Amino acid sequence: MCPQHITTKERFAIPRQGMPAQNPEVRNKNFKEVNLGYTPELAQKEALRCIQCKDPACIKGCPVNIKIDQFIKYIADGDFLGAARKIKEDNVLPAICGRVCPQEDQCEKACILTKKYTSVAIGNLERFAADYERETGNVELPAVKAQTGKKVAVIGSGPAGLSCANDLIQLGHSVTVFEALHELGGVLVYGIPEFRLPKEIVKQEIEGLKQLGVKFITNVLAGRSVTVDELLKEEDFDAVFIGVGAGLPWFMGIPGENLLGVYSANEFLTRVNLMKSYQFPNNDTPVFNCKGKSVAVFGGGNTAMDAVRTAKRLGAEHAYIVYRRSEAEMPARLEEVHHAREEGIEFLMLMNPLEFVGNEQQWLTGAKCLKMELGEPDESGRRRPVPIKDSEFILPIDMAVISIGNGSNPLIKQSTPDIEVSKRDTIVVDLNTMATSKENVYAGGDIVTGGATVILAMGAGRTAAKAIHEKLMGIETHE
Amino acid sequence: MHKIVSAIFLAENIKKIEIEAPRIAKKRKAGQFIMLRVDQTGERIPLTIADADPEKGTITIIVQGMGKSTKELNTKAAGDTISDIVGPLGAPSHIENFGTAVSIGGGVGTAIAYPTAVALKEAGNYVITINGARSKDLVILEKEMKAVSDEAYITTDDGSYGFHGFVTQKLQELIDSGTKIDFVLAIGPIPMMRAIAEVTRPYNIKTMVSLNPIMVDGTGMCGGCRVTVNNETKFACVDGPEFDAHQVDFKNLTDRNKLYLPEEKQSAEAFAHKCNLQ
Ligand SMILES: Cc1cc2nc3c(=O)[nH]c(=O)nc-3n(C[C@H](O)[C@H](O)[C@H](O)COP(=O)(O)OP(=O)(O)OC[C@H]3O[C@@H](n4cnc5c(N)ncnc54)[C@H](O)[C@@H]3O)c2cc1C
Ligand SMILES: Cc1cc2nc3c(=O)[nH]c(=O)nc-3n(C[C@H](O)[C@H](O)[C@H](O)COP(=O)(O)OP(=O)(O)OC[C@H]3O[C@@H](n4cnc5c(N)ncnc54)[C@H](O)[C@@H]3O)c2cc1C
Ligand code: SF4
Ligand code: FES
Repeated sequence: MCPQHITTKERFAIPRQGMPAQNPEVRNKNFKEVNLGYTPELAQKEALRCIQCKDPACIKGCPVNIKIDQFIKYIADGDFLGAARKIKEDNVLPAICGRVCPQEDQCEKACILTKKYTSVAIGNLERFAADYERETGNVELPAVKAQTGKKVAVIGSGPAGLSCANDLIQLGHSVTVFEALHELGGVLVYGIPEFRLPKEIVKQEIEGLKQLGVKFITNVLAGRSVTVDELLKEEDFDAVFIGVGAGLPWFMGIPGENLLGVYSANEFLTRVNLMKSYQFPNNDTPVFNCKGKSVAVFGGGNTAMDAVRTAKRLGAEHAYIVYRRSEAEMPARLEEVHHAREEGIEFLMLMNPLEFVGNEQQWLTGAKCLKMELGEPDESGRRRPVPIKDSEFILPIDMAVISIGNGSNPLIKQSTPDIEVSKRDTIVVDLNTMATSKENVYAGGDIVTGGATVILAMGAGRTAAKAIHEKLMGIETHE
Repeated sequence: MHKIVSAIFLAENIKKIEIEAPRIAKKRKAGQFIMLRVDQTGERIPLTIADADPEKGTITIIVQGMGKSTKELNTKAAGDTISDIVGPLGAPSHIENFGTAVSIGGGVGTAIAYPTAVALKEAGNYVITINGARSKDLVILEKEMKAVSDEAYITTDDGSYGFHGFVTQKLQELIDSGTKIDFVLAIGPIPMMRAIAEVTRPYNIKTMVSLNPIMVDGTGMCGGCRVTVNNETKFACVDGPEFDAHQVDFKNLTDRNKLYLPEEKQSAEAFAHKCNLQ
């Protein structure tokens, strides 16, 4: 099939190209990446499925409006580097987003082909282009504009902070990123596991920013090590961007939550990913020994999927997802749910924990659960789960991981009372500029939205960078 | 990377280490701690900032070798480096002029109590210190404690030095002899803190303890350090580490600190083996 002479009918006839992956029975015992990526042949074939719409719906479905039709055309034409560069005009972290974006709710949901066929595999193609560029050593550092003499502090090195730093450094500002942990990358390193997002990719993105001149200082917890006011007044930063994420794990507030063997997803994943406890005792940090045990993860989002698949990889005999609604309501990426099921994860839907029970030594032995059924839809349009009377039973488990979401860490709020926060302790901003109520202080990502997505955090970081630039340079904007 | 400026043993297995950490030295307040990772494969462990010199840009920690991480740290000497230090963490001690304040330290808890004893003195309190050790050669910071105390007592379990008995007995003796005590700070092993809480409870003496749950990040992100205080869950690394002794669920803390006993043993044995080979 020659890309120049293919008819629309022929395009429709090509099936969606599956993503090559490690065998489930092999991968559920290792931490290597599950997906292997398209070969150039697969990528070109998939790219040919795109009918190059005049008014592409997919672009509107993308939170940062990547020029999807154009980059796919480059791939179809075999210009893979051209494709990568086209994506990077709008998305600074394509290798990451291609792997973790919920495409089925965004671009792929909007793709015109979904009406009759299945959508173009936009995420897989995005990943392919970015990987190709990186793996062939063709990543080009963007040009940096003349120095402006302005200094910006970025707090937090997750996707919001990284993308903000990326844009500001290119505009000629001096940028320093302060990170609380000893590793850079935020959730991308401490939350999302290696088997879904290899840390090497995150590292290379950060390496690129270092080469552009971004200064990174780890082990600085803003609010304790330094306050926002001190950054502005004593360390002479002209502006501050706060991208500290949603890092305070919620517990369920049910009895037995402090028994031994009950973890937050953040703790479990941090021990395994950031502290590499799957390599214990070569790494010093231990984690619950899952071998041959029953582990239940409570929740239905990406974090829950990551936790349950991690437990399986650590040798759990039974690894359950316990979710109070039905599978259709689970917020996790579809691919992760498929992968989890293939790997032998057991899904216990419509089930709500009431209490954790333990033995004499206070080790967890089970979760008392109540079965639910779907009732009327609630405000969010999802059918509300209602308890089935007298359906209580005890699910025998050795470890429980609570993955019901995160709130905001109170440190910034406590140390900078003049930044306005919402009732949920998220920072209030003007969404056009990401400016907070405090002069020259901006915020974006999960600390503003509550737990959301990588791409939204990235978009927010870029919006803030633009506004900070305009403010510092005295550029008038006409809305 | 943080350079160790000096490192000396104060007693067997207890080392005083001064490290370069200018940002922390400038900001730290009494009662705060750091999380430290010795090297790239190390775990993050919490240690109290025993002292700091903002001019020199250094902080001092006093470390008791308990298991792999602290024993490895105690092999370090001046000139060596520490991979990561973050801080100051935790809420500073609540300091005011209570009147008569008693600072009680058990073992390495003496080092943790020291900066708060200093702050209590500076705030104008009449400061009584009671520092306990198993025996004479394990007594630490005697001179320093004396310097900030209006009355200073040392207790040893075996009677080899000072008062023969436990810190609780010394405290009870003070109360019985009519000393009016307005505030007690007790830091040491959990059974000691628990016992002190029971000594002061009948007299309604405000008593604070510094809790030592197992921590990971120390920033409030994981909840591993959660403790039960007044029937509520608190994160010791942000809400604490100091809490009202009369409201703490010590049993839950004791239980939770046993979470990794087999792994700790495995690490400690492997480390001892490695040391023997060298
Ligand atoms: C396990 C897990 C899986 C996920 N999977 C997906 C997925 O598949 N797809 C998707 O789109 N989204 C996913 N998400 C959500 C996504 O990761 C977040 O929405 C995104 O990372 C938010 O970016 P951020 O930059 O706002 O914050 P974060 O990534 O949380 O980064 C914040 C950074 O700030 C640091 N910090 C916090 N407080 C301070 C302070 N006071 N001083 C200095 N530094 C501080 C933190 O240590 C952290 O490094 C997942 C989240 C988790 C937890
Ligand atoms: C806020 C805070 C401040 C602290 N300040 C100091 C200090 O100034 N000096 C000092 O020597 N120690 C201090 N500790 C205790 C110190 O962190 C632990 O001794 C250390 O983490 C043990 O690590 P390890 O690998 O050497 O021993 P491990 O082998 O991990 O543990 C050895 C034994 O110590 C106990 N233990 C494990 N983790 C902890 C812990 N986090 N806290 C207490 N006991 C634990 C367990 O019972 C275990 O059996 C502090 C702890 C906290 C929470
Ligand atoms: S909507 Fe689908 S078919 Fe149309 S341009 Fe986008 S990816 Fe191609
Ligand atoms: S140590 Fe993780 S929240 Fe306190």
